[in-house]
Amino acid sequence: MCLSIPAKVVSTTGNMAIVEIGGLMIHACLDLVEDIQAGDFVLIHTGFIIQKISTEEAEETTRLIREIESYNDAP
Amino acid sequence: MKDKILLVHGSGGRMTRELIRELFHPYLHNQYLDNESDAAILNRLTGKIAVSTDAFVVNPVVFPGGDIGKLSICGTANDLAVSGAKPHSLTAAFILEEGLEISVLERIVSSMAIETEKLGISLVAADTKVVPTGQCDKIFIATTGIGTVIPDLEQVSLGKDIQAGDRIILSGTIGDHGAGIFCARYPGHILTSIRSDCACVYPMIEMISRFGTGIRFMRDPTRGGLATVLCEVTEKNAWGMAIKESGIPVRNEVAGLCDLVGLDPLYLANEGKFILVAAESISKEIITVLRSHPLGENACEIGVITRENQGRVILETPIGGTRLLTMLSGDPLPRIC
Amino acid sequence: MNTVQALLLAIRREAKQPVRLMEVCGGHTHAIRKFGIPGLLPETVSLLSGPGCPVCVTHTGFIDKAIHLAQNYPVILATFGDLIRVPGSGRTLETARANGADIRIVLSPLESLKLAETEKSKQVVFLGIGFETTAPSVAATLLTALEHKIENFSVLSAHKIMPPAMAALVGQHSRLDGFICPGHVSTITGSGIYEFLSRDHGIPCVISGFEAADILESILLLIRQINDHQAKVEIQYRRAVRPEGNIKALKIMNEVFILRDDWWRGLGIIARSGLIPGGRYAVFDAGLRFNLPDFPDADNPGCRCGDILRGLITPPECGLYGKTCTPDSPAGACMVSSEGTCQAFYRYQN
Repeated sequence: MCLSIPAKVVSTTGNMAIVEIGGLMIHACLDLVEDIQAGDFVLIHTGFIIQKISTEEAEETTRLIREIESYNDAP
Repeated sequence: MKDKILLVHGSGGRMTRELIRELFHPYLHNQYLDNESDAAILNRLTGKIAVSTDAFVVNPVVFPGGDIGKLSICGTANDLAVSGAKPHSLTAAFILEEGLEISVLERIVSSMAIETEKLGISLVAADTKVVPTGQCDKIFIATTGIGTVIPDLEQVSLGKDIQAGDRIILSGTIGDHGAGIFCARYPGHILTSIRSDCACVYPMIEMISRFGTGIRFMRDPTRGGLATVLCEVTEKNAWGMAIKESGIPVRNEVAGLCDLVGLDPLYLANEGKFILVAAESISKEIITVLRSHPLGENACEIGVITRENQGRVILETPIGGTRLLTMLSGDPLPRIC
Repeated sequence: MNTVQALLLAIRREAKQPVRLMEVCGGHTHAIRKFGIPGLLPETVSLLSGPGCPVCVTHTGFIDKAIHLAQNYPVILATFGDLIRVPGSGRTLETARANGADIRIVLSPLESLKLAETEKSKQVVFLGIGFETTAPSVAATLLTALEHKIENFSVLSAHKIMPPAMAALVGQHSRLDGFICPGHVSTITGSGIYEFLSRDHGIPCVISGFEAADILESILLLIRQINDHQAKVEIQYRRAVRPEGNIKALKIMNEVFILRDDWWRGLGIIARSGLIPGGRYAVFDAGLRFNLPDFPDADNPGCRCGDILRGLITPPECGLYGKTCTPDSPAGACMVSSEGTCQAFYRYQN
């Protein structure tokens, strides 16, 4: 379930943050997470940040995808 | 004058006349309204006449990009325009809630004046009633418009000449109005304003009217959104539609809002856009012409009429899959799952 | 060749034997249909839709209870939009609102708490639905309510947790070859909650994200486990799911909520699967505060939501589907929610 979408943290004040989703700015509560800073990518659900998104994991091409791409490219 | 609308403003007596004279007249005056007669007598119009009526109810009444007044003029003028008619004149009936702020009403009336002037048309008859607090939501407006049908565009309202191979063209981004209204209802949560696209589309239609019978069909995707219009025109026909989802332009912030609250831009209202079905041979040229107008800068082709899938609209998804597009059941609702 | 094409090619190559994979997440139901994935998969891969939509598993008695509350007490009901058209035994919250009940749609439980702060003369009751993704947000809201002593606020909870339902499903199937596990529930819970499925029942599990490439990669990972005769829990959605989950959110959820037996529409009563405010937060339980009676489940006799939720039949095999049960007039909750199996099937029909 659950509409939870990636957003970028713009600023934090106390237990609230302002996050951006494709140019749209909304309030999000920080009560469920720790160590969130401006610039972090996070998941938003019902007005709360529920998890930080790991950009390392997001950027890494998985071993699986690399493997598939290599055998599809093979002559 | 008082700062709020009172019941007595609708009584037809001195206070009504004061309201008309001091609020409506400075913005809406012409030879017809100034006569204060029961009916406007117009000169004979040539050719076929198109008539359209619509009632406007919106919450909030003032929103980024417009207000209910602008909506009431553009909405009816657009219904005429997409039926292939040049708007000629409008009438307006106002139902005001007791307690409505005069300043809000003034803003709404001024918007109506601006839009009628931009289009070069007149509001020729008007009426005002006031109801007790709670019996309407601030203000309801009903407008009726008449227009003269452009001879080679007579066929566009019914679309009986649509044939396989024809292209489907959209005049711009979708979902702006619906998204704008939604954001305006949750100011505590959503900080960004999304502007409604409320605008009169006749100037764009005038520019492409020379393509005449090459344009098979036109409609504006208002309530129910693009999906509803596409489904409505396709069902029960001997042809189908194939639409490329990735070809439908959506503004970033509209897509962001939809992702956030679970809305689908395909079902959100548009108040300054139209779709048309045109012969394949003129499709590119029509798009070039539309793009030369500021309101048409995102005009694009989104699909094609097909022999297969009669009566159905098939969407090609961004990954090359397919799904059936269906009509909306009820107003779009935000969701969490 | 792009990633999606590469994944589809690999799936076609490696899915040699028929496999039945179930997703238990409304977001996955929606995404699979939205991208048109079923039509792109080889015939050997069947995707089943399980009880992943919290709206669909909310029994009619909850809606009746909420309507009863709104009609008999001077309360403001605050709800997510998802519930507004779910049918109870007769009416919906929408029709109750048309009949004068004060029912408002909110985007966040915090919004309903703010409402309680501004409308001090009324009681505000928040209708809590959702699994482990949503329950922590409601729990955090109750922490705030307690801290700020907001006494005119309470929650009528239909919150549930996933693992007991997944355990119940496993018993019902002659053959279920793999689970596509919920992505966002798992950001909170972590991956450990699914271990019993692979360890005790030999069922491969992959926790999936929501993009087309995520879902296809998860399907491929499941096919590979099946081909290798393996059964383990893998995280495909690594960018958002950690094995340990979100410990802070779990702590808050467990501080505020206690478990109780709960009624899952279509699955019946499942032990220790529902969440209600407990301990010092019990005072915020609207069921207790207003001494609300329980309402029996009132499913339409022909409604086969239960069999659909268990993945035993597809929507067209239900006698009501498309006839008396349509998105315009839903007979059961699977047709109401756009992530319900039946509405998703009806709308996307692929």
